[in-house]
Amino acid sequence: MQKEAAIREPLVLGHKTYHDVTQDVCRPIEDKAPKMWYILFGIALVIGLYGVGSIMYLLGTGVGVWGLNKTIGWAWDITNFVWWVGIGHAGTLISAVLLLFRQKWRMAINRSAEAMTIFAVFMAGTFPLIHMGRLWVGYWVMPIPNQFGSLWVNFNSPLLWDVFAISTYLSVSLVFWYIGLIPDFATIRDRAKKPLAKKMYSILSFGWSGRAKHWNRFELVSLVLAGLATPLVFSVHSIVSFDFATSVVPGWHTTIFPPYFVAGAVFSGFAMVQTLLLIMRKAMGLEAYIHTKHVEYMNIVIMVTGSIVGTAYITELFISWYSGVEYESYAFINRATGPYWWAYWSMMTCNVISPQLMWIRRLRRSLLFTFFISIVVNIGMWFERYVIIVTSIHRDYIPAAWSMHFPSHIDIAVYIGTIGLFFVFFLLFARFFPVLALNEIKTILKGSGQSYKESPDYHKHH
Amino acid sequence: MSDKVLYVMYDDDEVLKNSAKKLVAKGVKIAEVFSPFPIHGIDSIIGVKNTRLGIMAFLYGLTGLTLATIGMRFLMITDWPMNIGGKPNFSYLENMLAFVPISFEFTVMCAAHGMAITYLLRNKTLPGMPAQNPDPRTTDDKFVMEIRLSDNQNISEADLDGMLQEIGFFELDKKEIK
Repeated sequence: MQKEAAIREPLVLGHKTYHDVTQDVCRPIEDKAPKMWYILFGIALVIGLYGVGSIMYLLGTGVGVWGLNKTIGWAWDITNFVWWVGIGHAGTLISAVLLLFRQKWRMAINRSAEAMTIFAVFMAGTFPLIHMGRLWVGYWVMPIPNQFGSLWVNFNSPLLWDVFAISTYLSVSLVFWYIGLIPDFATIRDRAKKPLAKKMYSILSFGWSGRAKHWNRFELVSLVLAGLATPLVFSVHSIVSFDFATSVVPGWHTTIFPPYFVAGAVFSGFAMVQTLLLIMRKAMGLEAYIHTKHVEYMNIVIMVTGSIVGTAYITELFISWYSGVEYESYAFINRATGPYWWAYWSMMTCNVISPQLMWIRRLRRSLLFTFFISIVVNIGMWFERYVIIVTSIHRDYIPAAWSMHFPSHIDIAVYIGTIGLFFVFFLLFARFFPVLALNEIKTILKGSGQSYKESPDYHKHH
Repeated sequence: MSDKVLYVMYDDDEVLKNSAKKLVAKGVKIAEVFSPFPIHGIDSIIGVKNTRLGIMAFLYGLTGLTLATIGMRFLMITDWPMNIGGKPNFSYLENMLAFVPISFEFTVMCAAHGMAITYLLRNKTLPGMPAQNPDPRTTDDKFVMEIRLSDNQNISEADLDGMLQEIGFFELDKKEIK
């Protein structure tokens, strides 16, 4: 058992026993769902189905239903893709990087953050797939032997790197998440009273029994997966940034893109985690496990990554002028003062100014303020991608080709639809899955539980 | 041959660890410990060897890297050398940098999935497998030691009972197995 400094705020509030932890996490799954759950699920499902319908229409008609034109060939589709992938970065960062750094506070949030990651990457994956137009030949992105004169995919292309990066990231995150879920499913299985629930959780828990040897393997597998997932997190968004950075478009071929994208991804991912968890902890009565201290830690991450993003924006701006290339500097001047000035300044306000407010302790410990900022950051990060993608290509070298992008209603419907689908998945997760890594929480109860901290000789009387 | 198994239950991980230490010091062999979460330090007490899954992960990763290298070399250099922007693919080494991302991703993919599959197979935890914990409470807040009489031929059942009474426990359950 690890001892922790007494002045540190306990990670688990209240006088919880092992059994209380099990009770608190399993209760929302075993009880009937509250009315609010059905209402939210209904709304999310309707929006999600509208999105699915729009995607069907898009596939049936062609990519022409989007508001793209001959100058702006990439707009909302790739913006949404990068936005969702970015959001999908927090989960694995929390569970992998924070595991390597032995940050115990991750245990309360890693499960739901990882679930969010997986669903966000599902949503992200939708965009490149439908953007192909002919979804049914989507398997052509794989190096599969074929009858086209043994024509292979281009391994020199960042777009193919993306295929590998996203699929590796998605599948490894899924495995990491599920390996952690198995013991918790076993807990629910052993408590289940209804035969159907017992059967379902029995299948899901793979017959887990908690032997010492299994736990020994479990801990090593978690550690090695964390070690593998950590460079993976950084590689995925780096590779996403290569989609732009390896091009020759001014405003895109920027060498600082990889670190800048990764910081931005973590920034937006943590913001989404805050948005979801602040509601979830209230709705599911988990205030003792996810409390102000956790929110504060996450706000500090948001502040740090937000500052990296801000520095990157300003560096980019400076270098565009310092490079002495007029096309390069035009791309950036046009961003700030051209027809898309409003998008640029929304991005600057949301991403550069708002995280700086987190320096104030009272604000970063305020749940209401955090919720507000988390929404602001997510809006800002969507604009960041929009600004990078659309403003860089809307005015190219031939002024006759200059153009503006106006989203069609299908653009908007597909985007909003993915948000709906994301919440459908997340609400199902919150209803049927243990939203906290309950067995992992038990390991920190003695090191960092409130009652154990308040009376240091608590366990001596046993 | 029939065997008798003692399931000694505790309600605290530290207490179980201390009891296990005392029993092992008296020469009792503890077959298994079931717990809701990993008890740190129990492995060395009851003689569970460290897992070698880490080595397997490394080997799977190496396999992935090899496959990616062979694959990309064949597809991009030998079978159909693409000429992109007047920059043909003459040799693997010249084009290596472009192959780094996929080599890395494929290494990680093979290492992670290979290890996860091995982990599940070695644990015999697969979809639909029956639960093997002796008591459903061991996934909640109870900790169980399994002691087999066949493992402890030189200690009689009465002696063992005496030791357990002296050391203390939360619940004791005995079971005949065939």
